[in-house]
Amino acid sequence: MTPAALHALLEKHRHDPTRLVQILREAQDVAGWISPPLITEVAGHLGVPRARVEGVAGFYSFFATQPRGEYRVLFSDDITDRFHGSERLRLDLCSQLGVEPGKLRADGRVSVGVTSCTGLCEQGPALLVNEHAIPRLDDARIAQVAELIATRHPLREWPAELFVVDDSIELRGWLLGASVAPGEALGHALALSPDAFLEQLAKSKLRGRGGAGFSTADKWRSAKQAPGPTRFVVCNADEGEPGTFKDRVLLRRQLDLVLDGMTACAWTIGAQRGFVYLRGEYRFLEAPIEAALAARRKAKLLGRDVLGHRGFDFDVELHLGAGAYVCGEESALLESLEGRRGIPRNRPPYPVTNGYLHQPTVVNNVETFASVALIALHGGDAFAAVGTPKSSGTRVHSVSGDCAKPGLYELPMGATVRALLDACGAVEPQAVQVGGPSGVLLSPREFDRRLCFEDVPSAGAFVVFGPERDLLDVVVNYAHFFAHESCGFCTPCRVGTTLLERSLDAIDAGRGTRRDVKEALRLSRMLRDSSHCGLGHTACNPFLSLYEKFKPTLERRLSSLDFVPTFDVDEALAAAREVTGRDDVKAHLEDV
Amino acid sequence: MNAPRRKLKVATASLAGCFGCHMSLLDIDERLFALLELVELDRSPLTDKKHCGPCDLGLIEGGLCNAENVEVLREFRRSCKVLVAVGACAVNGGLPAQRNHLDVRDCLKAVYPVVPNDPELPLPLDKVHPLSDVVRIDYFLPGCPPPAEALWQFLTDLLHGRTPQLGHGLIHYD
Repeated sequence: MTPAALHALLEKHRHDPTRLVQILREAQDVAGWISPPLITEVAGHLGVPRARVEGVAGFYSFFATQPRGEYRVLFSDDITDRFHGSERLRLDLCSQLGVEPGKLRADGRVSVGVTSCTGLCEQGPALLVNEHAIPRLDDARIAQVAELIATRHPLREWPAELFVVDDSIELRGWLLGASVAPGEALGHALALSPDAFLEQLAKSKLRGRGGAGFSTADKWRSAKQAPGPTRFVVCNADEGEPGTFKDRVLLRRQLDLVLDGMTACAWTIGAQRGFVYLRGEYRFLEAPIEAALAARRKAKLLGRDVLGHRGFDFDVELHLGAGAYVCGEESALLESLEGRRGIPRNRPPYPVTNGYLHQPTVVNNVETFASVALIALHGGDAFAAVGTPKSSGTRVHSVSGDCAKPGLYELPMGATVRALLDACGAVEPQAVQVGGPSGVLLSPREFDRRLCFEDVPSAGAFVVFGPERDLLDVVVNYAHFFAHESCGFCTPCRVGTTLLERSLDAIDAGRGTRRDVKEALRLSRMLRDSSHCGLGHTACNPFLSLYEKFKPTLERRLSSLDFVPTFDVDEALAAAREVTGRDDVKAHLEDV
Repeated sequence: MNAPRRKLKVATASLAGCFGCHMSLLDIDERLFALLELVELDRSPLTDKKHCGPCDLGLIEGGLCNAENVEVLREFRRSCKVLVAVGACAVNGGLPAQRNHLDVRDCLKAVYPVVPNDPELPLPLDKVHPLSDVVRIDYFLPGCPPPAEALWQFLTDLLHGRTPQLGHGLIHYD
């Protein structure tokens, strides 16, 4: 990267250290990777310690601190991708390109690895090439990708149809089906005073759609009342929970509802600046969102005196993440927005009083803000009339896995699991994972339970497992996910998720014993009791669900009820036998 | 006190370790006399017995770096009612496991001009392993080495029938 190019980049970001994640992302786009001299340069120009820049560069999966080649291919490694053959396709691509999985090819041109769920579960298997998503992989597409890389076709000249992402809307409700002009919902909100709109919000009984289900009106009121010179509105679009992809579609189809909701929030609490924090995997949404923001500025829906209301100034910036699931946790997200490693903060204080730059901040999910726009349009009472007494409105479910029609289904809150299974055409499902790996695994005995905060809360993911699937594969995949995504800040989670992964790997490899099960239970308790944030607290859920509801599935994979070695001891001597040329009795060990 | 009715048989061994844990045991000093009132040593570097008879308790320091280590460990597991991994190497592989990122073939070739092939020499494993990878371990006593106080506390608890518990000051992880 030339000094001039770096200078221009830093100029664009106003030499602002809170924009460090964006600066590194864009610098990497130009330079290919984040080299030590580049880190030194950036740190020097921003006036921050070098260690901080290096720490950020090392934290996010999508930042390469070593040369990564012109083409960095990452296969989405969600369990649904695996169901659709992603493993075989990945190995095929490796052999076609002559690369070893996970390693840079000797000529330094290409690498092929895996990444966590890319949010394309209903049109998987998927991969990212230099962070650009390619869905619906099959043999033909893999051959095409291999050819394009082999002939060193620049990425921007690859056929556009490779990158087409479907919206897969299967069942529309008033949110997915809404057809309103940009700013229409906002106009309704701004016709009311901030207090009057907050009252409508309270009447609607809207609860946050990100998973925790906190009352949106209470959150906004707290932020409004918290002391501070300025306030912020943040839209959490870091949709990282494996199996969830509803925000991807909402941001494409109903972006103006989301932005109307954010702006209504700014009106209500008195904020001047807002952010959309978009996960790095959804980079294909960057240009459309920037275009929509520009259009709204032009239409006076953002900027000075929004919709002619004197003194109401509000604008929204787009921030891209760089591959870190933990940044979906609101305080980790704020850290990342401030240009730091995405490590969750101590709570309390909560973001409503000490959020972005320690000012009062509302952080809500994409679907929550879109729902706010519906409330502006239809009123709080109408919204509360849908759903159940404690869970109003509708819910957009991301359905994937073994069913005839994966995609998005918008149902009133309180719909049964069975209703959704019937709608998506699932045949004899043996289980459903609701809310992603951090959620809950439901057995057929529970299919009459209802999807709402009173019964089975969900962050939106709904993954169906057909009768042929081995649920242990699912749990092992999720254990790997958590071990990879643990931010490393607290020891119980950093070490615990890895030990849990090892116990489950041993069982998966046919070397597991009852002792491994006992150890996994002990680790689960430890994770739950002593982790710093929700990632660690919920990392044991898949295993605990399996243990509780599908114990025979687990036990039939145990090799012994007592003990077996975790590795093949005789095989471990093979290297020494080779180099000594020995094959006598003492050169072997029984595998007992 | 719930003292044992007979002397308990105890065996000890050092595998891929440095004998530091055994030294730490000797560091209980004059309490060795009290200990010997309660136990009778079977196979141990202190007795020079070559094989292990039926024992109540086995203490092993060091991890597994070669075939002989595995055989000794298995003999201990067959003979001892209770088997304890003593010290960082036995618990996690410890210092010797630093060779795990190297290929054992390269190590041997780098050290020996001609790699010896005498059957009397135990073959090294491709990686150094903690004891719990090969046999069931009943207790783990961490530390490098576990301090004499910790060994004393642990052994007296065990010998008197109490579930061993080490307080904060007795656990050294470095």
